[in-house]
Order: sequence, then structure tokens, then C-alpha cells
Amino acid sequence: MTRPPQQIVDLTDVAMSFGAVRALAGVDLAVAAGECVGLVGHNGAGKSTLVNVLAGGLIPDRGRIKVAGEDITHRFNVRTAHQHGIRCVFQELSLCPNLTVAENARIFHARLRGMSWKRRAAALIGAKLDEIFPGHDILPHDIIGDLSIGRRQMVEIARAFTVTVEPLDLVILDEPTSSLDAVTAGQLLAFVRRQVAMGTSVILISHMLGEVLGTCSRIVVMKDGGVVAAKPAAAFNRESLVSAMGTVVEVQGVAPRPEIAGSRQGEVMVEARSRRQLNDRKLVAHRGEVIGLAGLAGHGQTRMLLQIFAAAGKGDLFAEVRGPVAIIAGDRQTDGIFPLWSIGQNVTIRSLRGMVRRLLIDSDQERAMAATWQQKMRIKTPNMDDNILTLSGGNQQKALFARALGSDAGIVLMDDPMRGVDVGTKIEVYDRIRQEAAGGRTFLWYTTEIDELKYCDHVYVFRNGIIVDDIPRDELTEARVLSASFHEAA
Amino acid sequence: MFHGHLNARMLRSALPALSLAVLLAAIFYTQPRAMSYFGLNLMLQYAVPIALATLAQMFVITVNDLDLSIGPFVGLVACIGATYLHDAPALGLFMLAGCIGLYALMGALIHLRNLPSIVVTLGMSFVWLGIAVLVLPTPGGKAPEYLKALMSLQVPLVPFPIVAAVVIALVVQAALMHSSYGVVLRGAGGNPKAVARAGWSMLRAKMIMFGLAGVFGVLSGLSLIGLTTSGDAHIADRYTLYSIAGAILGGAEFVGGRVSPVGAVLGALTLTLAGSFLIFLRVSPDWQIGAQGAILILVLALRALISRGEAR
Repeated sequence: MTRPPQQIVDLTDVAMSFGAVRALAGVDLAVAAGECVGLVGHNGAGKSTLVNVLAGGLIPDRGRIKVAGEDITHRFNVRTAHQHGIRCVFQELSLCPNLTVAENARIFHARLRGMSWKRRAAALIGAKLDEIFPGHDILPHDIIGDLSIGRRQMVEIARAFTVTVEPLDLVILDEPTSSLDAVTAGQLLAFVRRQVAMGTSVILISHMLGEVLGTCSRIVVMKDGGVVAAKPAAAFNRESLVSAMGTVVEVQGVAPRPEIAGSRQGEVMVEARSRRQLNDRKLVAHRGEVIGLAGLAGHGQTRMLLQIFAAAGKGDLFAEVRGPVAIIAGDRQTDGIFPLWSIGQNVTIRSLRGMVRRLLIDSDQERAMAATWQQKMRIKTPNMDDNILTLSGGNQQKALFARALGSDAGIVLMDDPMRGVDVGTKIEVYDRIRQEAAGGRTFLWYTTEIDELKYCDHVYVFRNGIIVDDIPRDELTEARVLSASFHEAA
Repeated sequence: MFHGHLNARMLRSALPALSLAVLLAAIFYTQPRAMSYFGLNLMLQYAVPIALATLAQMFVITVNDLDLSIGPFVGLVACIGATYLHDAPALGLFMLAGCIGLYALMGALIHLRNLPSIVVTLGMSFVWLGIAVLVLPTPGGKAPEYLKALMSLQVPLVPFPIVAAVVIALVVQAALMHSSYGVVLRGAGGNPKAVARAGWSMLRAKMIMFGLAGVFGVLSGLSLIGLTTSGDAHIADRYTLYSIAGAILGGAEFVGGRVSPVGAVLGALTLTLAGSFLIFLRVSPDWQIGAQGAILILVLALRALISRGEAR
């Protein structure tokens, strides 16, 4: 099928500012029919703003928006975007947690009404889920609030691809795989390729550079609110992409720390068993170790971390923890940040007990801690007294790291903390973790990214709520982690 | 895991019905004569206006707001019903329609100015009360005959309040839980941003929900004077707390758009019967409100226990 490349959307010189912050500085972006465009860049580079403009959620200060060749700058909003076949899967999910899967499909489609709307909605979303994620276990009458974050993301993605009367020309996927495990992420990317081959355009935003390189036909790199490079995907490789984003990264070659490369030793800080574990395999963490919790998303890793957190200080039948514990949430909107508080308050909350003087909080000490950790974590803000939401996602996460690392906790639990965090931030944080570990802190790190396991001294693989394999650092391979994630360990 | 989930949720949604059943059993045990057509009719007489007020409150709770003015509003409707509606029906109807319109405008104000609903409705409660006193300075007036006739209707076999409660519950359940626009209205409570992103007007959703609260407040006031036959500005002051307690007893949550119309009606029935039960136990009226509070705490504690089981 050859047809002339038709422009689905064409943005010219789009600019947008929030107060003093310039989010977009005159961006040009055109997407042709049947094209998969990858959009990469740091957190804070302007990707999310651009996506919101494309989806009709934000009206730019300046610039022109053409959809299918027609200039509709002045009447472009969410509804017209939808009518013109532009859909968006936002980074923070936009499902109603109190409604069922089918009812959420109804919210999305004005046409799903009348007598049998429930049946039609269920059929529509069910079929799309089957098509994109074969073997999923989501039922149309499941209530969203009961589903894990990964399953919610699957529903949201499937919903964006459902069609009633409005056309489907362009789907924008903003970090679609951030909560998906490797298998479902692979299913999604395969579906995107099929969809693109059928003529639908896709804009894929992801920090997983491999996904972008392997799926997209063209890659647009953003930095500081502008487009700095736009070339066919074949012209990039991982290194050139990273350098185009403006970060110098040393991805490979994490040297094992000699002091613990051999047998595991030192004081045992955490000993924990899964409640469902039938054999006597248990998770052990020594002082100064970085322990990885691996496996597919949602297979009991978070539960294990919460169990350890709950057992801290008082002990538990299944877990023994020596020393104070801090936790870094992965779902930062839900259980990480205090959205009404300043950045400084978000950093110091865990340590306030030590700052009490004459029954009151010593605000000088509080401010000093905020300033120290702004510097240590390189939190990009003019003022730590600004609201936490003024930070980009990656910097919010840095503030959460500062909260835990600045506390007295000798044991730090991390619940997949790098979701939707840009490469530059990640590298900075990895370094920090290794420094802190060398200083005697113990880390328990649940991650869905196999690359991150390289930073761990010992890895436990979880499946169906139990530990199925424990892998010393020198035996760690991607293949072994994957095979343990999928098969019964012998 | 999923199985456990389902069971806990079913248990949770059955809780309003279970607490009502337990209360009924306790009443029949202490006072076997209550187990009759007349006994039930007498005990549940005031259930209809309370159930209607509870549903009004539930609509507001659905969109994450709280209505502290529903009691005085019902009182105002009672006063208009016992005066203008009796003497000059056209003017009376016009005034009641105006009240509903004001309720919808209150929703618009709360949405547009992003005001806390508690503050706005608390302020409006004094406005309603003031107008009610102006309309009917001293208790009295006469309820229209058709309202009295409707509320004293004798239905064979099942007492009228029960029939009315079932019909009201099913109608609202169908409209809010099963209709396609009802989904949008509930979604507006669950994730307002997402609903707005999908192209729905949040202003419209809020105005509809507050307008519906106004409609049910009017129905509550009219059914109330159908029973009392006369009006009083303070006749329904307790309804504000009853309606909130009833909605919560019925499984609603203050935020997140999780509500249940059938549950709200069951909650209202439970509250009404709790009053009778305490009288049967010869609890002094001084202690009754406290005892009702204790029943509320008991049921909510059970719900919290079930929810904890759900989370596990």
C-alpha cells in the first residue's frame, strides 16, 4: 500500500510558558500518516507540555496547529482533538478508579449510550485488550481501583485504541511501559508496530531508549523546550541518542565493589520470608549491600517491601529488621509526595523528630537540611520553598530520595523508584546509592528494569509472591532473571 | 487473590442490608408486636422523607462535595408547601422550582470559584432557614390534601413506606448506576480531570448533581408535610446529619465517587428504625442521639474491618 505521506498533525512554532518557566520555545513537529515518532528528552525538556498541547489540553501562547491540513489553532481543544482522531495516554493515568473497565470506556466515547451500552462497552474494551495483551486477566466489570497499576495502564492503553464513530489517526503514548513488565511491554510494542503498519500514527514517549529505537521510524529529541534533533531512527544508536539529549552517560561497566564481590558478610540487617513461601528460602540483606528484588511487575516485591517496613522496630513472624527503615515510593503521586507542601517540607518530613527544639520544629535546621539535600541530589529549583508540584517528575523523585537518604534510616526500601525518570537523573541517583551503600547503608531495591539489577550486589527473583531464585552478583545474567521470572525454579 | 477481593467487596456491599436485618431482628425480638403491617407502618412512617433527603445528600457526595444545608432546605420546602402550595399552587410550584434552580446555581458557584462546598452550603443553610422563617414565622399552615392522601396511602400486604422506599431506591439506582450518563456523573467524582479530558463538562455534571439534590430535597419536604400535615422552619434541622449518616451507612465514601443509592435508602431505613429500637429498649431520649451514633460507629468499624481484609 503506497500513498503519499499525509500530515496528520503539523505544529509550527508552538510556544508555551507557565509563569516564568518557559516550557516550549517554538517547537515544530509534523507527524505523517503511518509514522511512529519517538519523542525523547530529559524530564523537564517539554515533552509532557507538548503532548498536552497536541491532545488539546493546553492552549499554546503562540504557534499554529494544523490537523489533516486544516488550520484549527483557534478552536482546538480536547473535544476537537478527539473528533479529529487524536488520542492520548497520559503519564499520570486518566481512569476513574470508582468505575469498572467498561464504564471507563463509556466515559471515553460519547457514542456508547442507549439501551445496551454496557454490553457494547464491555465488548469494545474486552476485544481491544485481547488484541493488544493476549492472555491478560482483566474482566470488563472489574473496578479500576481494585486493579494493580500495571493492569490499569493496560486498560488505559487499550481504551485509547478503541474506536466507535470518531476516527483514530494518531495515538500519543506518554511513558506507556513505565508500569508494565517486560512481557506486556513487548506485547504493546508489537501491537504499536502492527497498528503503524495499518496506517495509524503513533507518538511514543519513553525513557526506555531501546523501546524507542526498536519501535519508531523517526526520533525527535527535545531539550529545554525545543527540538534539538529529528532524524530517522536508523541514524541513532543508544549512545548518540543519549548524547543528543545532552547527558554524558556511562551506562556500561559498573564495576563490582571489591569489598563484597566475594562471599557475603557483615552484620545481617534484614531477614525476611514471604508469607506464601513453602521452602525455607529467604531474603537476607547485610550491612552495606544493595539487594535487588526482580521479577515481573506485581509479583509480590512491593508486598515484601511493605512487610519489611511494617516489621521494622517491632519484629514479625516472617521478617526481622535491625535498624530504622525508610521507604521510597514508586507511585509518587499516590504515596510519595505531599502535593500541598513545599519541596523542603517534602524532604524533611522523615527527619523532623530530630529537629525538635523546645517542643517546636527548628526551622533553621529544617531549611539547612533542605539546602544540603538540594545540593546533594541536585534538585533543579530556584527555591526549596516552592511547591513540590513545580518540579518535573524526575526532580520530585529526587526529593523523595533526599527524604529517605537524609533520614536516620540505615535500611532504605525502594519500590521501583525510577518509574518515568530520565536517564540523567537515574545515573546521578545510581551513583548516590552506591556511595551511600559504601558508607554502610543497606538498600532493598525493587525494580522492573533489568539494567538496574547491575547495580545490585545480590538479586532475589519473585514470582507469584514467592522468591524463586537468588542470584549472587557475579552469576547475574538477564537470561537467568527472565527464566526465573517465568518458570518454576528447580 | 481475586477471589478474596470479590468476597470482600460483596460483603461490603451487603453490609447496609445486613445491618438493617440485624436491627429488624433485634426489634422483633424485643417487641414481637412490631412485626405487623401496622407496626412497620408506624415505625417506618418517617423513613420516606429521610430516605429522600439521604439520596439528595448522596448526589452531592458523588461529586466529592458535602451539603450541610439539606436539613434547613427541607424545612423551607415544608414551609412553602404548607403555605403557598396550599393557598396559591401555581406560585408555590414556581417557588419550589426556583429553590431547585438555586441549588443548581450553588453547584455552579462551587465549581466555578473552586470553593469548599462545606463553607458554601453552611452559609446557604442560614439563608434557607431565614427564608423559611419569613414564609412561616410560627409553626402551622396546612399541607395540600393530595400530599396527605399520598402519604397515608394504604397498600395491601406491604406497608406504604416500604413500597415507596423500594421504588425510590430502584429508580435512582437505575439512573445513577446503570444509565450511560450516570456513569459520567459518577466518573466526575472519581477522577474529575479524566472526565474533563474526555470532553465532558464538569460544570454541567456539578449543576446536575446539585440540581438533583434540590429535587430530592423538595420531594423530601413535601412528603414530610404530607405526614405532619403542617409546616415549621425547624421541622427538618436534624436531616442534615441524618442524611450524611444514612449515605455513609449505605456504603458511600466522602471522596472518590463511590456511592450506592440502594445502600443510601437502606441506611436511611436503618437510622429511622434505630430510633424506634431505642424507644423499645426504653433508652431515655437524652441518650438516643448518642446511641444512634454508637450504632453508626459499629457499622463503620465493621466496614473498615472488611476493607482491611480487602486490601490484604
